[in-house]
Amino acid sequence: MKINILAFGIAKDIFEASAVKVEMTNDATVSNLKYLLEKQYPRLKKLATYMVAVNNEYALDGDTVHERDEIAIIPPVSGG
Amino acid sequence: MNTNIQILPITLNAQECIGWVMSPECGGIDIFIGTVRNATKGKAILRLEFEAYEKMAISELEKIAQQAFEKWPAQRILIHHRTGVLQIGEIPVIIAVAAAHRDAAFEACRYIIDTLKQTVPIWKKEIFEDGEVWVAAHP
Repeated sequence: MKINILAFGIAKDIFEASAVKVEMTNDATVSNLKYLLEKQYPRLKKLATYMVAVNNEYALDGDTVHERDEIAIIPPVSGG
Repeated sequence: MNTNIQILPITLNAQECIGWVMSPECGGIDIFIGTVRNATKGKAILRLEFEAYEKMAISELEKIAQQAFEKWPAQRILIHHRTGVLQIGEIPVIIAVAAAHRDAAFEACRYIIDTLKQTVPIWKKEIFEDGEVWVAAHP
């Protein structure tokens, strides 16, 4: 399946785009996704930390991702 | 509606925020106004840029407001956050809490700004003379 990933803040600079598409197997997890992205964009590993949001909620590494999910990379937040 | 939560690309207005939370059953309003400081760690800042993952930011802010209502007897909670380019002295965030008594208003307001800074998907970029940096991105 092809999944679309939204990027914000520094993740947008790292991807050089506000969204990227990656190809994954149907039972892929958040952890699989992070591994794939870190291979493609090694600068992600230099971040203090980052989270993955699935359908506007923070996701855990073991959560599965689906083709129609809204997926976003959430680098360290700094609002306020 | 006892919450007013917005992400806005335009100037925030503290007086309007106070007006919205004010109500006859409340004896106190606590308001936190964040302002853009002219320096960070001794280095002059030219301006800030804020970006939000708007849908999720609103949903996380709603959660924080609900948690505050569960913890303290507050009546009304307002959270407004700016996006876009902000100059020195401009207001990125306003939190206003109205409650029957002051303790709840003070404590809920403090809780909301502290939690917002930890969980809400909003990002701040500092722009200096010689470059720019996304705050907190790197260790």
